[in-house]
Amino acid sequence: MELVVSIGIGVLTGAGIWLLLRPRTFQVIIGLSLLSYAVNLFIFSTGGLRSGAAPVLEPGTAGSLEQHADPLPQALVLTAIVIGFATTALLLVVLLAARGLTGSDHVDGKEADR
Amino acid sequence: MSESYLLLALVGLPFLGAIVAGLLPARARDTAGQLGGAVAIASIAIVVSVLPAVEEGEVLRLELPWMPSLGLDFVLRMDGLAVLFVGMVSVIGGLVILYARYYMSAEDPVPRFFSFLLAFMGSMTGVVLSGNLIQLSFFWELTSLFSFLLIGYWHHTTAARDGARMAITVTAGGGLCLFAGMLLLGHIAGSFDLEVVLASGDRIRSHPLYVPVLLLLLLGALTKSAQFPFHFWLPQAMAAPTPVSAYLHSATLVKAGVFLLARLWPVLAGTETWFWIVGTAGLVTMLVGAYVAIFQNDLKGLLAYSTISHLGLITLLLGLNSELATVAAIFHIMNHAAFKASLFMAAGIIDHETGTRDIRRLSGLNRFMPFTARLAMVAAAAMAGVPLLNGFLSKEMFFAEALSAASPRPALLDILPVAAMVASAFSVTYSLRFIHKAFFGPNPTDLPRTPHEPPGWMRLPVEILVLACIMIGILPAATVGPLLDVAARSVLGEATPVYSLTVWHGWTLPLLMSMIALVGGVVIYLSLQRYLQRGVEGPPLIRRLEARRIFDRTMVFLSWRLARLLEGLFGTRRLQTQLRLLLFVALLAGGLAVVLRGPGPGNLEPAGIDPVLGLVWVIGSACAIGAAWMAKYHRLAALILLGGAGLVTCVTFVWFSAHDLALTQLLVEVVTTVLLLLGLRWLPKRMVGTGTRSPEVLTVARRLRDLGLAVAAGVGMAALAFAVMTRTPPDLLARHFLELAYLEGGGTNVVNVILVDFRGFDTLGEITVVAVVALTAFALLRRFRPAPDSVDVPEQQRYLRAVEAARPDRREGITVADWLLVPSVVTRMLFPVICIVALFLLLRGHDMPGGGFVAGLTVSIAIILQYMFGGTAWVEARLQVHPLRWMGAGLLFATGTGLGAWWFDRPFLTSWFSYLEIPVLGTVPAASALLFDIGVFALVFGATVLMLIALAHQSVRGHRAVPRVAVAARAQPSSPAAAQPAVAQPAVAQAAGQGGGG
Repeated sequence: MELVVSIGIGVLTGAGIWLLLRPRTFQVIIGLSLLSYAVNLFIFSTGGLRSGAAPVLEPGTAGSLEQHADPLPQALVLTAIVIGFATTALLLVVLLAARGLTGSDHVDGKEADR
Repeated sequence: MSESYLLLALVGLPFLGAIVAGLLPARARDTAGQLGGAVAIASIAIVVSVLPAVEEGEVLRLELPWMPSLGLDFVLRMDGLAVLFVGMVSVIGGLVILYARYYMSAEDPVPRFFSFLLAFMGSMTGVVLSGNLIQLSFFWELTSLFSFLLIGYWHHTTAARDGARMAITVTAGGGLCLFAGMLLLGHIAGSFDLEVVLASGDRIRSHPLYVPVLLLLLLGALTKSAQFPFHFWLPQAMAAPTPVSAYLHSATLVKAGVFLLARLWPVLAGTETWFWIVGTAGLVTMLVGAYVAIFQNDLKGLLAYSTISHLGLITLLLGLNSELATVAAIFHIMNHAAFKASLFMAAGIIDHETGTRDIRRLSGLNRFMPFTARLAMVAAAAMAGVPLLNGFLSKEMFFAEALSAASPRPALLDILPVAAMVASAFSVTYSLRFIHKAFFGPNPTDLPRTPHEPPGWMRLPVEILVLACIMIGILPAATVGPLLDVAARSVLGEATPVYSLTVWHGWTLPLLMSMIALVGGVVIYLSLQRYLQRGVEGPPLIRRLEARRIFDRTMVFLSWRLARLLEGLFGTRRLQTQLRLLLFVALLAGGLAVVLRGPGPGNLEPAGIDPVLGLVWVIGSACAIGAAWMAKYHRLAALILLGGAGLVTCVTFVWFSAHDLALTQLLVEVVTTVLLLLGLRWLPKRMVGTGTRSPEVLTVARRLRDLGLAVAAGVGMAALAFAVMTRTPPDLLARHFLELAYLEGGGTNVVNVILVDFRGFDTLGEITVVAVVALTAFALLRRFRPAPDSVDVPEQQRYLRAVEAARPDRREGITVADWLLVPSVVTRMLFPVICIVALFLLLRGHDMPGGGFVAGLTVSIAIILQYMFGGTAWVEARLQVHPLRWMGAGLLFATGTGLGAWWFDRPFLTSWFSYLEIPVLGTVPAASALLFDIGVFALVFGATVLMLIALAHQSVRGHRAVPRVAVAARAQPSSPAAAQPAVAQPAVAQAAGQGGGG
């Protein structure tokens, strides 16, 4: 299972990086989204991959790692997802505004010199 | 103890006065002047009141805790040397304030001038009273700063700006060296307290770091006192108003350097290094300054170079390693302050009354302003060292020292008497030139103003100072004897030599040297007449060697050429290049770590591969690669594939026991997709090329390189993830949170308890970030101007309108009136259901997957569904969402919940919980964390909706600009009206101002 998720993270990263290096703003925004999936999965995976061990306790008890997955990376990733959405939205708006100002959707605001 | 607090008043009063003066209206010249005078008089009164105690050898001391954790105290300490300097600072300060009141024009913002002047006075007092090395450095930098502000007071002139900039570059640069030196000195002595440092002279002199410390401290002192080769800033500083020149650049600021040399004399002096560096710097400065002064055509320039020369003399005396020379140095500091301040004021009066300071234009002023002329003559005579004036006394002490100083290397000392006489003769020459050219000769012809005597009050400070010169010159022992004695004793202690302060020592060699210098000076002046008549700028022989120009060149090189060169070599403005470099460095760092530490096998056996998840990830990988493939020409396809990759991520979260994450990811996926879809409207069309021309070789190479980078990053990341996952994860925090989530947090959903309770402060910060980001996006969209080719309505709508226009039987908009009728009815019916689900998710968040983030996203999806299927106009006629209010309320609610803990004497964001029995619903958890989560909910909802609606409105306002009735306009879709959409405000902004709830 670890192998599958690792390869998945790798593919997401590769596709994201490839798009990050492209000249069009839309490509960059898609690339950043892909990369954020990869990073979120990676952070999540640092707590270990365990099935059927949701960190939800029985009322009135103290939980332990034997029964439950590590909740900390999950908490980190949860806020990361929301913030990631907010920054993606901001990036989109900035890119649209930049295109309005420069008339180009190149990341540098002007077409590259050939 | 009360006397100690007087020291605090001495430092604090000027700063207080500076603040008050700064608050006065710009025309309040008199009030500001009176305020400044009052502060100066108060300072003088304090100095007089503590003088008897100090004269008895007492050292007043005030210690206030400053940074006790670092062992630093705010220490004010007044001994003999400090009282001498504080006396000078406050007396001359008072006189300068009186003078400035009449000198400054009513048109200038005079209160600001007095504010700076008083602040400088406080800083200078702080320097001399500091009993702590760090504190001394601090006040030292403050003097540089206020000197900068005062030189640049007339900032509309280039000279003032350049002079100010040069002064602060040189003196603040020196100040930084001084600070480093102070740190080292404190390190050697083991304490930053001045008393301790002064007591550990032997240890410091024998320490291996002595030379670096000395060099650093001297860099600070010599730059401040304008010693060669750092002297060039002082003449440039003459662009300041003349009171500033009189106060800062002759009497006080430039004396800070020699003050420091005198202060640390017991610790640093006595070595050959000291003798050579300080002595040589002083000697060269004295000679060069005096030589250049002769050839200055600007009165203030002449005085500036003469100041440099006299400061050189003081430095030389301090560098001679002789106690008697040190006494002479302290004595000359006082004398120089008296005659140079009065000369500057006289030069200012001349400038003020005639309109020029150019020696070549001035002449015969003796007939127009006889009083001022007499005063200036006496002061200039004191500067030249004429007997019966104060300058003579210290100069004679200097001659005596030059003849008798016993020092390690006689080589320098052999030339010392000659150099002393030469410098003294030059001093006579320029003093003579000043007086002769300004006051004698024929009547002036081309002055801007008709000269006359200044107001009596403006002359009074000069009169007082000149009187002091005469009194000290005739009765030295009775006037300044005690003060000089206590100052010398505070520096030299037991080693204070016997010296005689009398005018007549008999027919001695020094007297003969004085006479030779006087006669020589007159002879030099007479022989230079022809050269000086020509009126050329700059001194002969070394005219081309101008330190100022070298400095300027250096600055231009450093701040412009070198910066440009480095930017050209290492900088790029292209995002792709920057990202590539960043990636390359990251790959290199990761690779290096693997090479250095070795990859090493993990300690956990990887679990077997589940075919279902494997298949899911095959799809996920295909989606990711497909999105990368399609993002250029098929944006919509790329967006759909991106969603696919997101869903696979979501499934992975569910698979591995992270239900909260899966829920959040799923909802965010929906919102992100809607958002990007809205953005697509404003991006340019991009068609796939015809394919006849293959891409250029360079482009292919670039793509291959990027592909290589991407593959390397992917492989690296996969390897890293695998390596991490096959190791036992660190569990310290996990164990802690799992154990305490219910027992202390009262919730069974540990992730949610972490978010709203254990790490509630982090969450508060994060929702604040979300709010800021949403507001920024909103603000950007309010001023959004689309690119010209995106202004027009989309192609499909144009087609629709053309069809409707062509058929008169069809009303406008009738074609799409029932567009998506069934889904829109369904979404309307679903709206309350979704809201209930959101409420459910919110309330159960503490115990089961859910919570404020998820609930907020759910409600925003409910809203955006209405917009999508009902249309903006339909929704906003029925439902007013006020995203800004939701966000504000959410933030207030969350912060308020945190603050509520203070009510119960608990730290910020401490939570409380209990379980309540409510009929029908049963046991309901009631935790203060739920209130916090409601705040999170409101904020996330508001922020998400704000961004979505604001972006959606950009598409609507284009429609509004099209006139609805004019059929002709519809027939021509690209009408001018449609090209002006930016006028319409987003309705969100208007909605935010109206009443009603969401």
